[in-house]
Amino acid sequence: MSDVLDPATETRADTDDLERRRAQEKRLREVWATPGGWRYWTSVNNTDIGVWYASAAFLFMLFAGVLALLVRTQLAVPDNDFLSADLFNQAFTLHGTVMMFLFAVPIFESFAIFVLPGMLGTRELPFPRLSAFGFWSFAIGGVFVCGSILFNAAPSAGWFMYPPLATNKEQIGIGADIWLLGLSFIEVASLAAAVELIVGIMKFRAPGMRVNMMPLFAWYLLIVAGMILFAFPPLIAGDLLFELQRLFDWPFFDPARGGDPLLWQHLFWIFGHPEVYIVFLPAIALMAMIVPTFAQRPIVGYSWIVLAAVGTGFLSFGLWVHHMFTTGLPAISLAFFSAASEAVAIPTGVQIFVFIATLLAGRVIFSVPMLFGAGGLVIFVIGGLTGVMVAIAPFDWQAHDTYFIVAHLHYVLIGGMLFPIVAGLYYYFPLISGKLLSDRLGKIAFWLMFTGFNIGFFPMHLTGLRGMPRRVFTYPPDMGFDWLNLVSTIGAFVFASGILVIVVDVVWPRKKQPKAPINPWDAGTLEWLTAPDENWGMRSIPEIRTRYPLWQEKTLRREVDEGRWYLPDAEEGHREALMTSVLDGEAQEVFRVPGVSVLPILCAVFLGGAFIAMTFEAWWTTLVCSVIFFGFLMAWIWIGTAQIPEKEKKDIGRGVSLPLYVSGQPSAGWWAMFITMVGDGTAFASLMFGYFFYWTIHADFTAGSEAPGAFWPLTSLALFLAAWALMAVSKRVNTSGRTTLFRLLLMASLALTVAASLAGLAGPWFGGMDPTMHIYPAIVWVIVAWTIAHAAVGVVMQAFCLVASYAGRLTARYDKDIHNVVLYWHFLMVTAAVTFAVIGLFPRMV
Amino acid sequence: MGFRILPKEIETLWTLFTGPAIWAVHFLFCYVWAAIYCAKRDQLQFGMVFVRGGIGVATVIALVLVAAGGYLAWRQWGFGVNNPPHNKPTEDSRTLFQGFSTLLLSALSFVAVVFTALPTLFIQACWP
Repeated sequence: MSDVLDPATETRADTDDLERRRAQEKRLREVWATPGGWRYWTSVNNTDIGVWYASAAFLFMLFAGVLALLVRTQLAVPDNDFLSADLFNQAFTLHGTVMMFLFAVPIFESFAIFVLPGMLGTRELPFPRLSAFGFWSFAIGGVFVCGSILFNAAPSAGWFMYPPLATNKEQIGIGADIWLLGLSFIEVASLAAAVELIVGIMKFRAPGMRVNMMPLFAWYLLIVAGMILFAFPPLIAGDLLFELQRLFDWPFFDPARGGDPLLWQHLFWIFGHPEVYIVFLPAIALMAMIVPTFAQRPIVGYSWIVLAAVGTGFLSFGLWVHHMFTTGLPAISLAFFSAASEAVAIPTGVQIFVFIATLLAGRVIFSVPMLFGAGGLVIFVIGGLTGVMVAIAPFDWQAHDTYFIVAHLHYVLIGGMLFPIVAGLYYYFPLISGKLLSDRLGKIAFWLMFTGFNIGFFPMHLTGLRGMPRRVFTYPPDMGFDWLNLVSTIGAFVFASGILVIVVDVVWPRKKQPKAPINPWDAGTLEWLTAPDENWGMRSIPEIRTRYPLWQEKTLRREVDEGRWYLPDAEEGHREALMTSVLDGEAQEVFRVPGVSVLPILCAVFLGGAFIAMTFEAWWTTLVCSVIFFGFLMAWIWIGTAQIPEKEKKDIGRGVSLPLYVSGQPSAGWWAMFITMVGDGTAFASLMFGYFFYWTIHADFTAGSEAPGAFWPLTSLALFLAAWALMAVSKRVNTSGRTTLFRLLLMASLALTVAASLAGLAGPWFGGMDPTMHIYPAIVWVIVAWTIAHAAVGVVMQAFCLVASYAGRLTARYDKDIHNVVLYWHFLMVTAAVTFAVIGLFPRMV
Repeated sequence: MGFRILPKEIETLWTLFTGPAIWAVHFLFCYVWAAIYCAKRDQLQFGMVFVRGGIGVATVIALVLVAAGGYLAWRQWGFGVNNPPHNKPTEDSRTLFQGFSTLLLSALSFVAVVFTALPTLFIQACWP
């Protein structure tokens, strides 16, 4: 594909060449420019979004940290009245919620958005507007959830919101709704980020970056994004059931009407346990970048790291019941989860040994990032060991809900996540501002945090073993808890002072400080090619031939900076990136990346408005916000996606020419749809899990009801199948150029979908199923409603394709839209088939 | 073309996940199978022996599948003739890397399946 430049024989840049280069740079700079004034906030560039995202997550972390200090102050001495019991409940609930949902997960999404394009050697992730939408959703939802405590309305039932306490409107006020709706909104943002990261890592690597050359950070993030895809949807499904109970009294978790609080625990922890690894793996991923740099050698055991990442990713889904060891599940069930909990220690151990081996084999430079990394690993290993202890059910029965667990989870999360994050902050800060953070302050911060942490949290193991339960707002003297709690509080403040030192270091004005060299740590990976003061990412996109290009190809930086590689120009005035194949990174398309736009913000504001209005049961506002959101969303899709290029192919330099429009399976949009629908399918599967869960806990879960019968569900199923078949045929017809027939098929399929949806609703409707009476009508309704809502989205897509066809932007050649819509329809068909076959036939079979 | 006992090598990323996916299915089966039995045992005609037997059969199937996947991975890795790190910019090196990583994952999955099945050897009732 390309010849290697030999710097010795290459003719020195003559004047013409230099002028051409300056002109290219000018055009690139203009195309990638961040707007000025208030429009700065409409930027979608990954470096801007990444920094905003990370700063917001950091601010939320500081806020939640202050809440933790309030909690610790209250617990410093027995019988304290610093906080009231209710405020204490709000403080610890919000502390946990914010740390997990507004800091631990988003901070990694932000790091990834910021640093991944550079690492992969692409100019931008494929859907920058989606990143922007994710950020704004996150910011709005986060401020809403955090702000609630200022109005004494924060959630107060603990960060996992167990019913029946959290479903009881008299005990727990609007805080629970704020938690459910505010976080559901943020979970949508997390899923958006997951889609962005998976497509980015699989399809937007530099040419030649085969899967065996990918930076390990990308491997980890690929796995983590996949985990988000399977872990978050069960929580979204759970939130849906929960909110239906709180708002409309559908009895999903109410035993009096056939419900069961345990279903929530299942759905929550199917999310909650992988979540721990979702925050831990990216931290380890940062270490996998930092350790080789400071050992000044490639990682030892690249494949072993891949084993560990994939293995942990899978096994972490087999652990959720270990949070439910004391709920009276069968002993045999507990044993399966106990076994998987022990097994996950194997891949976790592998990655730690890989780091140790790399350090032993290299020449270690001890720096602030290494200090935080190593300190974090020590803390994490202690947390891992107590984890192995609590994975043993009989021990857990003793330790459950005591401070032992509080100690364990903080050792795991702070060692496995916060310390590596700080390491990453010190390591990557030069990429943000071009300047280094202070070495001296970093060391002071580390020792304050490391000692403060251990003084604060180690005694909690003992307090827990002495029997102090978690979440009590005070305790009487002479229980043996007094001095341990006082020590913990002192440690917490020492730890917090360490964080304060970091904050000072980060916000310290650096006007006079000289610029750091562009690769200050002498790292080997591609992200250090990017110049912090340019928005274009890479000046030109190189072909990759090694795992550590900056170490192993000495002339690469110059070649890239002189624009001697691919896409060195932006003649047509578009932001562009290269789309490549999954396995071997062969260049496939010049992908036009969407640029600056106010639409993501508008979408986030109105979707956020809809969620917030729903919390206050302001239905009209909800409706208005939803309609406006829908309008902006359609505008975004219409003007921002599947644009027809002005020419078929484009020369990207070095004699390579690539198409500007690719549809179907190789395209980025197709992958995004596929990945989104996998997540969507997981949420649907979680609802079906609920259906069968109720079947297992009752002798007759229908409570004698005959509804919805078999007739209407099976009719609906047949109509859905017909609509789907027409969609599949229409795609072929469109490809063959028979436009009129294509439009007729679309219209027919649309009509069939509407009929299918009405038939679907007819079953429970004519059966007189009242969802507030009993769990059976409630779960049937929710599953049917889920399917019909998806059919409605399908109808919108069909209408969109029709309009696009009439407008001439969907043709036989330019057919991205219909490919992606048909893909959606495959998933819709499976959803409808499962829904109606199960609700129509299953009650008859048992 | 005659009948092949071993399938040809396929060019895809997804084979990497074979072992863990088999573990996941096996794990889910064990959990669901035992949970349904324990919830519905009053209405069922068979005892726990049947449950444990079912898990035993499922475990043997899972282990055979993981081992077969592992063998294919070993073949993709060229039966260990080449040593890691497999970091060359060639299709060969990429294939060897995939084979080796898949082999490692198969080994982990094998152990994890055994771990999951072990409790059924010892636990003889839903609630002892």
